[in-house]
Amino acid sequence: MIVSWMWLHCTSLGLLTIFFEIKKTAFLGAGKPPMFGDYEAQRHWQEITFNLPVRQWYFNTSDNNLQYWGLDYPPLTAYHSLLCAYVAEFINPDWIALHTSRGYESQAHKLFMRATVFIADVLIYIPAVILYCCCLKETSTKRKITNVLCILLYPGLILIDYGHFQNIYNSVSLGFALWGVLGVSCDWDLLGSLAFCLAVNYKQMELYHSLPFFCFLLGKCFKKGLKGKGFVLLIKLACTVVASFLLCWLPFFAEREQTLQVLRRLFPVDRGLFEDKVANIWCSFNVFLKIKDILPRHSQVIISFCFTFLSLLPACIKLTLQPSPKGFRFTLVSCALSFFLFSFQVHEKSILLVSLPVCLVLNEIPFISTWFLLVSTFSMLPLLLKDELLMPSVVTVMAFFIACATSFSIFEKISEEELRLQSFSVSVRKYLPCFTFLPRIIQHLFLISVVAIVLLTLMTVTLDPPGELPDLFSVLVCFVSCLHFLFFLVYFNIVIMWDRRNGRNQKKIN
Amino acid sequence: MAALGFATGGGSWFSALALGVTLLKCLLIPTYHSTDFEVHRNWLAITHSLPVSQWYYEATSEWTLDYPPFFAWFEYVLSHVAKYFDQEMLNIHNLNYCSSRTLLFQRFSVIFTDALFVYAVHECCKCIDGKKSSKELTEKPKFILSVLLLWNFGLLIVDHIHFQYNGFLFGLMLLSIARLFQKRHLEGAFLFAVLLHFKHIYLYVAPAYGVYLLRSYCFTANKPDGSVRWNSFSFVRVISLGLIAFLVSALSLGPFLASNQLPQVFSRLFPFKRGLCHAYWAPNFWALYNALDKVLSIIGLQLKLLDPEKIPKVSMTSGLVQQFQHTVLPSVTPLATFIGTLIAILPSIFCLWFKPQGPRGFLRCLILCALSSFMFGWHVHEKAILLAVLPMSLLSVGKAGDASIFLILTTTGHYSLFPLLFTAPELPVKILLMLLFTIYSISSLKTLFRKEKPLFNWMETFYLLGLGPLEVCCEFIFPFTSWKLKYPFIPLLLTSVYCAVGITYAWFKLYISVLTDPLVLKTKKQ
Repeated sequence: MIVSWMWLHCTSLGLLTIFFEIKKTAFLGAGKPPMFGDYEAQRHWQEITFNLPVRQWYFNTSDNNLQYWGLDYPPLTAYHSLLCAYVAEFINPDWIALHTSRGYESQAHKLFMRATVFIADVLIYIPAVILYCCCLKETSTKRKITNVLCILLYPGLILIDYGHFQNIYNSVSLGFALWGVLGVSCDWDLLGSLAFCLAVNYKQMELYHSLPFFCFLLGKCFKKGLKGKGFVLLIKLACTVVASFLLCWLPFFAEREQTLQVLRRLFPVDRGLFEDKVANIWCSFNVFLKIKDILPRHSQVIISFCFTFLSLLPACIKLTLQPSPKGFRFTLVSCALSFFLFSFQVHEKSILLVSLPVCLVLNEIPFISTWFLLVSTFSMLPLLLKDELLMPSVVTVMAFFIACATSFSIFEKISEEELRLQSFSVSVRKYLPCFTFLPRIIQHLFLISVVAIVLLTLMTVTLDPPGELPDLFSVLVCFVSCLHFLFFLVYFNIVIMWDRRNGRNQKKIN
Repeated sequence: MAALGFATGGGSWFSALALGVTLLKCLLIPTYHSTDFEVHRNWLAITHSLPVSQWYYEATSEWTLDYPPFFAWFEYVLSHVAKYFDQEMLNIHNLNYCSSRTLLFQRFSVIFTDALFVYAVHECCKCIDGKKSSKELTEKPKFILSVLLLWNFGLLIVDHIHFQYNGFLFGLMLLSIARLFQKRHLEGAFLFAVLLHFKHIYLYVAPAYGVYLLRSYCFTANKPDGSVRWNSFSFVRVISLGLIAFLVSALSLGPFLASNQLPQVFSRLFPFKRGLCHAYWAPNFWALYNALDKVLSIIGLQLKLLDPEKIPKVSMTSGLVQQFQHTVLPSVTPLATFIGTLIAILPSIFCLWFKPQGPRGFLRCLILCALSSFMFGWHVHEKAILLAVLPMSLLSVGKAGDASIFLILTTTGHYSLFPLLFTAPELPVKILLMLLFTIYSISSLKTLFRKEKPLFNWMETFYLLGLGPLEVCCEFIFPFTSWKLKYPFIPLLLTSVYCAVGITYAWFKLYISVLTDPLVLKTKKQ
């Protein structure tokens, strides 16, 4: 036992070192007036929340110019900023003085901002990961620790949270969501739903995960019988959710206009189907057909909604009918992926919301998960290059890959059974007896994809794009990643849909 | 796919460790670098643009070439790669030049030359006998040793943050030690001779090499009671050793001897004009001596025993390399330090001669030589502690007693390196890395020797735990007190005195263990 604790300790310390290193290498847009980069956004929110009354936080007033990094996250983010602002005020009031502090930058302040991310990370995200891995069943202690290592080493989150310094507190919302998953899977449903409500109230993007949570809990209630215990549980859950939302939104319920304004800030429908280059369907499809310009905005919203809804419907229904923690984790992946691929106004960083549940299934399907996590980091390449994070990205991706490859020995786990495709192939073989080549195909696909990723990265870094196509490489990156994500969506849906039969077959065999 | 298979195979934990630390080194590239960065850039420029005869005369920059010729040739080779990165860094008059390409080149040159170190560690691991090997990989002595060496905190911060080329030099040293363990004595001697001409600081441990090779290689047999059998002396072996040493020296110093530059070279290599202690006192005997002098002078002033007029106004830790006048105690001359070092080394050498215990005995003597010179040497750098720490890692996985000495020495020695990195952004990195290494070394060695008595007694535990509050006081509390302006040297003084106590203790304990170790007769040798 001592040994395992020691490893845990050293692992986390080592990771913290890496975090700090990456933080130092880059600060997006630091020192570039007039917008001063996203670092300024975080500081500005502290300034706003500290100096203005709650009523004005989300409104455009003479003191609060919403064009200048206006607050566009739910109340919990604002409260967090306020908390940080109190600490900042204690250390140096200049950091958050109204108006005069715009574009403030100093060594000490940077250290302070880093420390806030770091503390949030240590308090919320890391304990959740460690606890989650400790609760894994049927695994040795060593395996649990390597699992912690691999999850914490996931390059995407490290790079975005510590290098990019935009939405720096991703790990807070993801950490809350993870606490939610943990609670719900361990049958502490109320705590789990409370944690998840906090996550949603921290970042509205967490709604990507909301459907699986809803379906899983509903399924649990059904299972217990809607007329007895299940009904009580349902009522309790509803009360928890409503109460936690009420608590978070209390200051904004005073006036109707307040609530609406916050909602408008949270869901800016007029920003279009997508911004920049995102590895989702709409952006990739845009190469062939400019949907964004052809269709009116409201039909864009409807189309994206329909696609999203249809793509996640089967998995959700399955989860409601047969709720199981394992199915829940896979559904989290597929739903988040559907949202990422089809929904309206997606940002590159939203892939982190898919990566988190994928990290959770790392233990079950190491090969596919590692592959997915690599691709997800690759899909953020244009963003990372913009922040001059090439070196840290390469280093962390390699470290992550080596860690996964050595601790899960992923290349030996490509049989049908390890890929969770056994029952699928069995049912296909009823019609196509020669259907035995699936694992081999997946193996080849992996090799092709790795080669493509490496080549594209090298090209993006070394070659200058031709004059008439300045975005050539970033579009290619998005397109390739999008193909990958579609493949993963299909894969995860297959795994989910054929899951139960697999269990029965195994029982028969046993 | 070859690389993938390389990383995934069952016995590839070593490559995983090496790759991991290499990746960490890459992350350290943008961190703070000291003036040594400019020193090495200047040497690149000197060796690239001047003929050999000018190398040791060039003095445009204050950082003149003061390493032996092989290192100059090493810089010469590097400079031919450097020109493809940035031609400007090879200009002698381009003082303090640091473009991003220069930075990348210099940092990567350290990382690449570390390959030799990795290889040497690999060889050293083979020499460790795996008697105690347990099934668990992480409890194998080989694994622990390779982590202790590859992830050594001191080497990481001195080479990859502070900037120096110690990695491959220590690689040479470890490799020569490994060769001696493998009974390939000539090879070991050759490697050490080459090493000496790379960096002359390794002269500190030369006595151990000389005596060991003479005693255990040139004399081929022992008497039954373990003493030397004089008639077993092998002239062939002596001559071959001498030839190796002579040829290597001739290759290195020959060109300078031919052009009559040898005195100039030596005056550069051994600058006795520098003070007894470095700007920051290395935690050795002289740090304690200076501190005692300060205390005595303060007491003297308080009791009116000393005349304030006569006290020199120069404070030793004010940041300049300068001569220092002791107030109460007698001043120390280079000769005195030399004699002190010699006296400190002698018992271990005698021990090596009269109680030969094979390569392990040699290794102990080597560490004692390094530590003794560190304790009493003239103008010792705090970085020199690595000379004892790295070989000591080899011993630490063998015996519980050695492990305990190693832990005290390493933790204290590494902590004493903290003042090297004084910039705020490096603060978290150095603390975290230090914690990482210390916690790992303590807990892994504790598990390795869990069946024996505890590694530390209460006093040692108390001392090591005291490092924590000391760090908090020096880095977090002191800057906010009013003493910061009046006595800026107090943190450095405290650090070096506190560490000096620990290192002296470790030195003492190691000496006692070597001297009291019973003689093990090796019968199979005869």
